[in-house]
Amino acid sequence: MSAADLITVKNLHFTFPTGRKVLNGVDLYLRTGERLALIGANGAGKSSLLHCLMGLVTAENGEIAILGSRCETESEFRAVRGRVGLLFQDSDDQLFCPTVLEDVMFGPLNLGQSRDDARKIAMQTLADLGLDGFEARITYQLSGGEKRLVALATVLAMSPEILLLDEATNGLDADVEQRLIAILRSLSQAMVIISHDHLFLDQVATRSVRLQDGVISKA
Amino acid sequence: MIGATNVLVPSRSNSVLSRIDPRCRLLAALALIVTAVSFSSWQPLAMLVLVAAIITGFAKPDWSRKLKMVLTMDGFILVMLTMLPFTVPGDVIFTLWVFDASYQGLFQAVLIALKANAAVLVLIALVGGMDAILLGRGLQGIYVPAKLVTLFMFTIRYIDLLRREYLRLRVAMRARAFVARNNRHSWRSFGYLLGMLLVRSHDRSERILWAMKCRAYHGHMHFGSLPRLSPQDYLFASALILFTAALIGLEVACPPLI
Repeated sequence: MSAADLITVKNLHFTFPTGRKVLNGVDLYLRTGERLALIGANGAGKSSLLHCLMGLVTAENGEIAILGSRCETESEFRAVRGRVGLLFQDSDDQLFCPTVLEDVMFGPLNLGQSRDDARKIAMQTLADLGLDGFEARITYQLSGGEKRLVALATVLAMSPEILLLDEATNGLDADVEQRLIAILRSLSQAMVIISHDHLFLDQVATRSVRLQDGVISKA
Repeated sequence: MIGATNVLVPSRSNSVLSRIDPRCRLLAALALIVTAVSFSSWQPLAMLVLVAAIITGFAKPDWSRKLKMVLTMDGFILVMLTMLPFTVPGDVIFTLWVFDASYQGLFQAVLIALKANAAVLVLIALVGGMDAILLGRGLQGIYVPAKLVTLFMFTIRYIDLLRREYLRLRVAMRARAFVARNNRHSWRSFGYLLGMLLVRSHDRSERILWAMKCRAYHGHMHFGSLPRLSPQDYLFASALILFTAALIGLEVACPPLI
């Protein structure tokens, strides 16, 4: 493990409650400034790997170290969750507050910001993503592309050091996709990006790995 | 939009009442309802119903929806109200077949109907116009336990989620030419729909919890505190105390119905 590794995964095993084993000894690392593409077939366990990294599901065995600290228990994961941002596959899962502003403020508030500060951060994040004027919109009335960008805003509002993107371009039209590419390229955070869209990955990713048969190989 | 979704939409109402602090409105509703429930003469109750109806009319001018809400509640207690005269013993008004209707029962039914309508109207008038965030803040402001408030907020959120999930599945069924009939196939399909609804909602709720955890959620919502009470809040509170006193005065002056 080199000092610059933001994420180190060693020999990770994960089985679904249904008994299907998807991760069978995964080794993975993410370095500062990297945008790592994670590719693989549907159902290969890519999303599960990200969920393991966030501590949302419990891995059977294996080691996960995030930002230099080893994560095994819920409280250990809790300590790093604010510093790692996960963009969900389905933005509807991520947006649960009535208005866009409340939703973007949710993360900063949980991190202990005052309501005024959280509002400032939220407004700034929305403005950075070109979403000015969205703050009073109702989250479930947004279009698919708008939902994705707002979901990204909710993650970025916590100023994470690592971004995990789960099929970020799924169901987006060409315009929104271009906008997302421009945003991602401008961000300084290291990222793990799951996608089936090779054109998108070519423009964003700096390195890529493939998840197949439960293990990681070079792509 | 119907039903539960309304409460999620930020209120843009600009009526006088909507500018009153939510804590004041919640406490006012509580005070009025508790007072009304303890009354035993009809005059103060009728006055409260009238005043609450007028305030409701001012609070938001969609009469038809409000009326529907009140009638829905009345629908629930209608059976009980019509049974009461026959089940309470007392002076007989008339006899229907072998059942005697009593004055005492009738009066009790009248009182219950008035109290129920007064309570619903007061709630619609004072609390009905609040959106979810404001309501959450208000409840927290009057020291309702944070866990209860969170539970309440999630109930609002999930009822809506269930409804939308149901509508989506229902559309998918209709797209494959499903028409509900009274046959085995229809009932089984509805069974599947209900089962799928439960499973999907459970899965989705889990994913939402994950999303919240990812954003450092530790078990309670931050609604933020409310601003200090303004002069108009104090004015509202004084008016309410005077009104409650007037109602109590009326109650003392008027003979009890039973």
